[in-house]
Amino acid sequence: MDVQIKRGLLDVLVLSAIKNEDSYGYKIIKDIKPYAEISESTLYPILRRLEGGGALTVHSAEHNGRLRKYYRITPQGLARIEEFREEWKEILAIYNFITREEKSND
Amino acid sequence: MTKNEFLAELKRYLSALPLEDVQASLDYYREMIDDRIEEGISEEEAVGAIGSAKDIAAQVMEEIPITKLVKAKIKPKRTLRAWEVIFLFLGSPIWVTLLLAAVIVVFSVYISLWACVISLYAADLCFFACALAGIIGFFAAGNIGAGLFLLGAGVLLAGLGILGFFGCKAITIAMYRLSKLILKRNKKLFYK
Repeated sequence: MDVQIKRGLLDVLVLSAIKNEDSYGYKIIKDIKPYAEISESTLYPILRRLEGGGALTVHSAEHNGRLRKYYRITPQGLARIEEFREEWKEILAIYNFITREEKSND
Repeated sequence: MTKNEFLAELKRYLSALPLEDVQASLDYYREMIDDRIEEGISEEEAVGAIGSAKDIAAQVMEEIPITKLVKAKIKPKRTLRAWEVIFLFLGSPIWVTLLLAAVIVVFSVYISLWACVISLYAADLCFFACALAGIIGFFAAGNIGAGLFLLGAGVLLAGLGILGFFGCKAITIAMYRLSKLILKRNKKLFYK
């Protein structure tokens, strides 16, 4: 897949992994795994980027006697997902147009 | 490799970064290893699954903009004492001018290198101008002997000019690569 497209998709994918409830790094990776192969070192810059852009906030909570970082989506992050859905409709329309062309050529 | 060995290695590779960035990276990878161990695999395997500390550090470095690296390098790891600030201020007529001089020296070296390249092109252009003059001379010359001599010289110079052009082109490309390399080295300067 195109690198730029993949980058944008991964951002939204990570956001939607924390959309319903706060989550932590390892769980995000496991939740995403069926849809996209993502490693710890790929996730790290994405989380930092999203945090820097205000799409999520980080808070630490105790778990089994150690601290774990939990990521929570912000209204901005939710807006980002919504934006993606709108964009996707346009892409889908283009896709439909392309495949229709193919069919009419048969 | 144990978790602590891995984290120590990662810390060493990241030592050029601002402290809070190093801490954030270490916290993140420590948590990842702990979460894997909690799931029931051995410490050794958990560390192995993360990948090499060197690759991870390289990836972290890539995400950090050069301005931040420079700042981290210049910024002292502790706050400045009052007398140090005073010295810095009092010394500013000296160190600011020295710094400026250093920048100008680097810049002028760069300019003069490119000036050399430009003058080579100018010389090459002269070959062509002379070649043209030789051809004109062939028609303008009074006797056939002098005319043929001028024509021969013109053709010779045209040949030299064409060869010279390829030389100039090769040098330009080499200079361009060198400039890029120097720029890259400058970035490396700030993270070893």
